[in-house]
Amino acid sequence: MAPQFIEGNEAVAMGAMRAGCGFFAGYPITPATTILNAMLRLLPAASGVCIQGEDEIASIGYCLGASMSGLKSMTATSGPGISLYSEQISFAAGSEIPIVIVDVQRLGPSTGSATRGADGDIQFLRWGNSGGIPVIVLAPVDVKDCYLLTIHAFNLAEEYRCPVFLASNKEIGMTKESVDLSALMVPEIIDRRPPIDSASFQPFQVSENLRIPYFLPIGGDVPVRQTSSTHGPDGYITTDPDQISASQWRLKKKLEDAVERFTFYDERAEDAETLVITYGVTARAAGDAANLCRQAGRPIGLLVVKTLWPVPEKLIRDKTAPYRRVVVVEMNLGQYVHEIRRILSDRQVEFYGQMDGRLITPATIMEVIDGR
Amino acid sequence: MADSLLNKDRPPVFCPGCSHDRITGALDKAFRKLGLPGNRIAIVSDIGCSGLFDTFFHTHALHGLHGRALTYAAGIKLARPQLQVVVTMGDGGQGIGGAHLLAACRRNLNLTLLVLNNFNFGMTGGQFSVTTPPEARVSSGFLNRLERPLDICRVAHSAGAAYVKRCSSYQSGLADEIAEAIAFDGFALLDIWGICPGRYIRQNPLTPKIIAEKMATMPPADGIVEENQRREYGSLYRQAAGEQTFSQPESIAQRFQPPSNGRHEILLLGDAGQRIISAGEVLCLAGMSAGLQATQKNEYNITVLRGPSISEVILSNEPIGFTSLARPDIVIALSREGVERRQSLFADLQPQTLILKSLDTNIPPCAGATQALDFKKLGVKPADRALAALAVLAKNGTIIDTDMLRVALRLRFSEKILASVLELVDRVQSRS
Repeated sequence: MAPQFIEGNEAVAMGAMRAGCGFFAGYPITPATTILNAMLRLLPAASGVCIQGEDEIASIGYCLGASMSGLKSMTATSGPGISLYSEQISFAAGSEIPIVIVDVQRLGPSTGSATRGADGDIQFLRWGNSGGIPVIVLAPVDVKDCYLLTIHAFNLAEEYRCPVFLASNKEIGMTKESVDLSALMVPEIIDRRPPIDSASFQPFQVSENLRIPYFLPIGGDVPVRQTSSTHGPDGYITTDPDQISASQWRLKKKLEDAVERFTFYDERAEDAETLVITYGVTARAAGDAANLCRQAGRPIGLLVVKTLWPVPEKLIRDKTAPYRRVVVVEMNLGQYVHEIRRILSDRQVEFYGQMDGRLITPATIMEVIDGR
Repeated sequence: MADSLLNKDRPPVFCPGCSHDRITGALDKAFRKLGLPGNRIAIVSDIGCSGLFDTFFHTHALHGLHGRALTYAAGIKLARPQLQVVVTMGDGGQGIGGAHLLAACRRNLNLTLLVLNNFNFGMTGGQFSVTTPPEARVSSGFLNRLERPLDICRVAHSAGAAYVKRCSSYQSGLADEIAEAIAFDGFALLDIWGICPGRYIRQNPLTPKIIAEKMATMPPADGIVEENQRREYGSLYRQAAGEQTFSQPESIAQRFQPPSNGRHEILLLGDAGQRIISAGEVLCLAGMSAGLQATQKNEYNITVLRGPSISEVILSNEPIGFTSLARPDIVIALSREGVERRQSLFADLQPQTLILKSLDTNIPPCAGATQALDFKKLGVKPADRALAALAVLAKNGTIIDTDMLRVALRLRFSEKILASVLELVDRVQSRS
């Protein structure tokens, strides 16, 4: 097929449809509103449900109910809405409810600037839930990524039963590009797994070989329990410290131990001194800067991280090893650089951040590389 | 009657004398009367003593965050229309979840809300809730004396609830009341008054008799609310959704060769209402009709009909990375506010940059070649200025030509508007 001219938010909606999304609820907020608009255009006509919630807390609440009833569910907002989602995100993480949450980031803090971009929510997405349980965060660079990573996000939510965030940005979500989505290799669609024997089903039963519980929907033949309280395998409150501890560690390890299975990234390896690490829309400027550096006869390496959380530690260790110098560039005052510094604790990691509503330019990145 | 759905392994754990015990029994009896098996029911609860209900029954169950039960319940009901969804919340939940109560009343999705109203926060130590009378002595000190309590039934009535009834936990026939509410096809609310022996009655006299007397003084809330009768939301939704048609963004096939190769950056500076964003999109579609790649980054204030409007367009036969423009090849300058927003960029413009500006827009001194457009003389309205500038650009023919522009306009505009924009292009090109 020939290319279409679409923005990142529209591609998110199209990716959701491709992944089998059956339920969307959202509350209008710039710059995420056009995802709600697009879902409203796509989902009801495909026998799904798309509603506008009375607020953000309700919107994600609707999604959690629908997801527990067996529908793949998604919601979309920006920073102020993520703040309101927080308690429900904790519920989804702790009670293993699959959901895709799109954060089209805008300049903060607080209500900030509705129509200016930033990547200011990167640590917030990871740590914005009570209890500190890990989540998955994927960061698109362009419209193509918005489509593909949304499909991956649904797959990961289904497979690992957890909230999966798409950390988009006004400058991706509301920027239009020519792109031929039909020419892309789309991953195989994954669905949550029902138990082999539903008669003995326990909603949070796991075993040596089964780290993620099987799923049966609310509304099916077998009564199913879901709870936000600290629970045992049967879905009832437990006070048994051993059971609680095992469950908490499992929630952590089921994602952190598996990250190599879903470590998405782009790289431009070069026989060079300097490696630039970045993510999101800044990767576009970094790509242009890398081209200009090569043309100037002093190439740089580039690593674009697309799985931000859990941190792909092996990737970062392996890819930085050949370079003498590591420079992290991000559209905030320094967030993901803390992870890179933690992993490369024996090395000097340089940083450039900017949060003023403008994109970081290729020229600025070149100046940073040149140490100016 | 059908079998009891009570969970024998998990008997109620309420304080001795708690009215919630009676409601638990009545709810089970209501399920039995309706002949509902456990897998046809979902009990949704949230925080507080009312949040224990989901554990007493062999049904589907979801227990979530304080005040949010109605949100989960709505998601479940929309996903599973055949399920009977019963929500238990306390009077506390009506306060923290007030927006969800109003939404549920307005929407009329077929949910049953049982408000277990005992006039205080029992679980956290007897603080005042939205229904605590001002004269009550509760653990919030003097604070409840300063506020008026809410009549949940009146709120629900005025918010559009189709079924609202005030009940006592102690009245005979409570199970029938619950069964009737569950059987109602729409949002049904029972405000069930009761006694919290653990907290409330320690300092406040409250007996079944006092509850009955007090209820008799309240405005009537006796089930079906005639003025709010209408079709149930779920069935309405499914009907309306079934009439929607699926539309995908159009694919843009290449049908022309581009007038020139390489990368072109075009900056449109104007005001809201000049169709700057639409013109930027038309430019991209024109480029795509000649097989070029395109990006469009926009900037405007959140006040839609006022303020500057800026579109940054890149057309290229190479993949496009960075989407903002530092040194545009073309600047279309149509308003003072738009120019001011990008003031600093003019100093860096190259001599080969073409600036198409409206006669009444001043630009800072720069090296670019300027062509002033007299829109008044051309008979171009403010809303058509940006499209008129594209007509001039197409006539110029370096980046797009008129065939490309016409195809793009056909892609972008509906039949109704198309004739006028095509005429605009003809008019501007013949006179400029």
